[in-house]
Amino acid sequence: MSMLALDSVSVGYPARGGPRIAVDALDLALEAGQVGCLLGASGCGKTTVLRAVAGFEPLRAGSIEIDGVLVASPSLQLPPEQRRVGMMFQDYALFPHLSVEANVGFGLARLPRRQIQARVAEMLALVGLAERAGAFPHELSGGQQQRVALARALAPRPALLLLDEPFSNLDIHTRQLLASELRGVLKASETTALLVTHDQTEAFAMADRIAVMDQGRILQCGSGRELYARPADRFVAGFIGRGAVLDGALLGLTPGEDVLVRPEHLRLDPGGGLQVRLVERSFRGPGQAAVVELPGGQRLQADLPLEHEAAPGATLHFALLPDALPRYRR
Amino acid sequence: MFAADPVPERAWQVAATLVALAMLGPLLALAWTAAQGSTGLWSHMGTYVLPHAARTTLALLVGVGALVAVLGTGSAWLVSAYDFPGRRLLSWAMLLPLAVPTYIVAYAYLDLLHPLGPVQGSLRALLGLEDPRDLRLPDIRSLGGAIVLLGFVLYPYVYLSTRAMFLTQAASLLEAARVLGVRRAALFVRVALPLARPAIAVGVALALLETLNDIGASEFLGVQTLTVAVYTTWITRSDLPGAAQIALAMLVIVVALIALERHGRRRQRYASTQRPRPIQPRRLHGGTALAALLLGLVPVLVGFVVPAVFLLWESIARLQLAGTVSPRLLGIAWNTVWLAALATVVTVALGLVVAWALRLAQARRRPRAAALNLRVACLGYALPGTVLAIGLLTPMAAFDAGAGELLRLLGQEPRMLLMGSTSALVLAYTLRFLAISAGSAEAGLARIPPALDQAARSLGRSSTGMLGAVHLPLLRPALAAAALLVFVDTMKELPATLMLRPMNFETLATWLYADAARGAYEEGVFAALLIVLVGLLPVILLARAGVTWAGSERTAA
Repeated sequence: MSMLALDSVSVGYPARGGPRIAVDALDLALEAGQVGCLLGASGCGKTTVLRAVAGFEPLRAGSIEIDGVLVASPSLQLPPEQRRVGMMFQDYALFPHLSVEANVGFGLARLPRRQIQARVAEMLALVGLAERAGAFPHELSGGQQQRVALARALAPRPALLLLDEPFSNLDIHTRQLLASELRGVLKASETTALLVTHDQTEAFAMADRIAVMDQGRILQCGSGRELYARPADRFVAGFIGRGAVLDGALLGLTPGEDVLVRPEHLRLDPGGGLQVRLVERSFRGPGQAAVVELPGGQRLQADLPLEHEAAPGATLHFALLPDALPRYRR
Repeated sequence: MFAADPVPERAWQVAATLVALAMLGPLLALAWTAAQGSTGLWSHMGTYVLPHAARTTLALLVGVGALVAVLGTGSAWLVSAYDFPGRRLLSWAMLLPLAVPTYIVAYAYLDLLHPLGPVQGSLRALLGLEDPRDLRLPDIRSLGGAIVLLGFVLYPYVYLSTRAMFLTQAASLLEAARVLGVRRAALFVRVALPLARPAIAVGVALALLETLNDIGASEFLGVQTLTVAVYTTWITRSDLPGAAQIALAMLVIVVALIALERHGRRRQRYASTQRPRPIQPRRLHGGTALAALLLGLVPVLVGFVVPAVFLLWESIARLQLAGTVSPRLLGIAWNTVWLAALATVVTVALGLVVAWALRLAQARRRPRAAALNLRVACLGYALPGTVLAIGLLTPMAAFDAGAGELLRLLGQEPRMLLMGSTSALVLAYTLRFLAISAGSAEAGLARIPPALDQAARSLGRSSTGMLGAVHLPLLRPALAAAALLVFVDTMKELPATLMLRPMNFETLATWLYADAARGAYEEGVFAALLIVLVGLLPVILLARAGVTWAGSERTAA
C-alpha cells in the first residue's frame, strides 16, 4: 500500500484577477521506505506540493492520503501537527533559542522525560552529533545544522519525511558528501521521504523515484536511469542530462520524427557520416565537452578525448549510434 | 478542523478585532458627541474660542516644526558628516532631551528665567541693576517661548530619523555626487538635504503629534492651544459637546500629520533598497573641531542639561530645607508606578494578541482583516491625550449605565465601574500606547522566519503551543523594550490623566502640574526630577540600539 498518495491535487494562491494555479491535478504515490523526489526549476510548483502535503496549503481539488489516512481534500485540512509528517526546511529552521538537544526533542514533548532523552540520544548518534548535544544552532557548521534538522524531523517517527531543497545552503563538496550520507540514514531508518530539488545530480544521488515537474504538472515519473535513457517528452529530454533534440532528417534518420542526441551517442570517427563544425570545447576533467554545429546551424553536444586539440571552426567527423536514440513524434 | 488547539485561531482573530473596535470606539463617540451640539454655547465657542485657539495651535505647530527640522537635521548632519573629539558622546547625548517631557521643560525654564529667578538675578548683578523692571528680557510666557522650549526637547525625533538615514543610505550617493563634481561644502544642500527629506518629514510629524498632545507647557506658558481649550471646555465649563467639537478640529490636524508621516515613510521604504553603508565622516582639527563640538552641545544643554541640573539643584535645596520628602509624595510615586505597571502589562499583552493574530492570518495567506486590525489598533499614538479622553467619556458612561442596570437586577448597589476610576486610566493608557507594543511585537515577529512556525507545527505543536515554545522566547527582547517604553510613557502621561483621573488621585505628572498651576514650586521638583530620571531609561535603550546598529554596520562593511 502507498505511504503517500496524491490524487489529482490542485493548489492555487490568491492573486489579483483570480487565483494563480501553482499545482494542477497532480498524481503521485510513494511506497513505504521509498525516497521520492520532485525535480524541477524554481517556480514549477514543487515546493507547493510539499507544503500541501505538510498541511500549510489548502487544496482546491483532489485529495492527499498519508499511510492510508485522508489528511487533505477541498473540505478537509488536517492541521500539520496531526499529520505525522516530518519536515526538513531549506534553511533548516532550527530554533535559535534552543540547544541541539532541545531542538531534536521539540517534537517529543508529550513523552516522559526519560524517553525523550533516550530518543534524542539515539537520533544524535544516528546523525553523528552526539558530542554536540549542548551546542546552539549558531555554533554549528552548515552541514552539522542540516544533520540536526534531520534528527529533529525524524525523532517523532513520522510516517513521512519531507525535505525542501536539503542541500541548497551547503557548498558543493559538503553537498556530495551529505547526499549519500542522508540517503544512508533514510534507508537505515526505513523512512519514506519526499524530497524537492532543482538539482538533478542531487535527485539521482538521493531518490528511488523522481518526478520531473513543470508548470504545476508532473511530466514524467521514474528512476533516474529511466528518466535519462527514455525521457517521456522534449521538456524532460532537455531538462535531464546533456543533449539536444532535433529533427531526425538532419541526421539521415526517419523524417518527421525528433530525436534526442546525447554526447554518448556520438563517437569521434574520421570515417563517420556526420560532418560538423566545432563551435567550442571546454576542459571537463576526464575529457572535454564540445558544442558542434551541423551544416544547417543546429547544435549538438559531444565529448572529445582529453588530448584532442582542434580549434573552433575545425571540421570534425562523428559516427552516430542510432539504436539508442529516444524518438519523439511531431 | 482545529479541534486539538486549546485556543483556536478564530479566538485570536476575534480578540484582535475587539481591540481594534475598542480603539475605534472613542473616535466614533467623539463624532457622535460633537453632533449633539454644544449646550447653547457653540456660538460663543465658534466666535471666540475656536478660531483663536486654532490660529495659536497652527502657529505653534509651524514654529515647532521649523525649529525641530533645523535642529534635528543640523545635529544629525554634524555628527554624521564630521568627526571631532566628543562626536561619539554627542551622537547619543543628542537624544537626551527625549527624557524631558514638554511640561517639565516649561516648568523648569519658567522658574529659571523668572524675573526673580537665578538667570535674571545674576544678569542684574552683572549689569549692576537693582530693579527687575530695568532689565526686560523677552518673556518666555509667550508663543515664541513655547516654540523654542518645545523645539529644543522635540528635535530628537527628527535627529533620530535623519541620522538613521545618513547612517544607512547616504554614503554611495554622496560619493557619486563628489565624483560628479559637487564640492564637499555643497553636498549638504545639493544631496544630503533632498535625500533626507522623507526622514525629516517622519521626524517632524512625530514631533508635531507630541506638540499637539502637549497640555502642560502651553498652559504654563499661557499659550491658548486647542488642547488647552478642550481641557478647559470640559473641566471648567463641563461642556462635553463643545470639547468634542474642538477635539474633532484637532483630529483634522492629526490626520494631516499622519498623512505627512506616511508620505515620508513611503519614500523611505523606496529608498532603503540600497545596500546600507554609513557616510565616511570628515576629520576636523583644532578650532574647527572645538566649534563643532560646542555647536553640537547647544541643543543638549538647552534641552536636557540645564533643566535637569536645575531640577537636581532645586531638589537638593528642598531636601536640605525640609530634611525629608512628604509621605504624600511617596504615596503619589507609588500610585504612578503601580498604575504604569498595570497599564504596561495590559498594553503589552493586547499588542501581542493583535500582532499574533496577524501572524496566524499571514500563514493562511488571508492577512487583510488582521492587518487592518493591527493598523487600527496602532492609531492611538497619534491621538492627543485630551482627544482620546473626551472620546472615552461617552462610551464609558454608557458602559457604566449598562453595568449599573445589571448590578441593580442582581440586587446590588449600582456604582460607577469605569468613570472616575483607575480602570479608566488603564484603558486610556492602553489605547494611547498600544502602537508601541503592537508595533514592536509585529516587528519582532517579522524577524522570525515563517519556516520556524512550520517546523513547530510539523513537530506536533498547535498554533498556540508554538507561541509559548518558540515565539515568546524569541520575542522577549522586543517585548521587554516595548514594556519599558510603555511604562515610561505612561508615567509621563499628563493630558489624559488630568481629564480621567479619579477625584483626589494624583500621579507624579498631575502633582507637578498642580504645583506649577499654583505657581508654587514645592515638591513638584521631586516629581519632575523623578520623571526625567525614569525618562532616561528608554533614551539609554535607544542610544545602545543605535550604537550596536552602527557597530554592526561597521563590521558588515
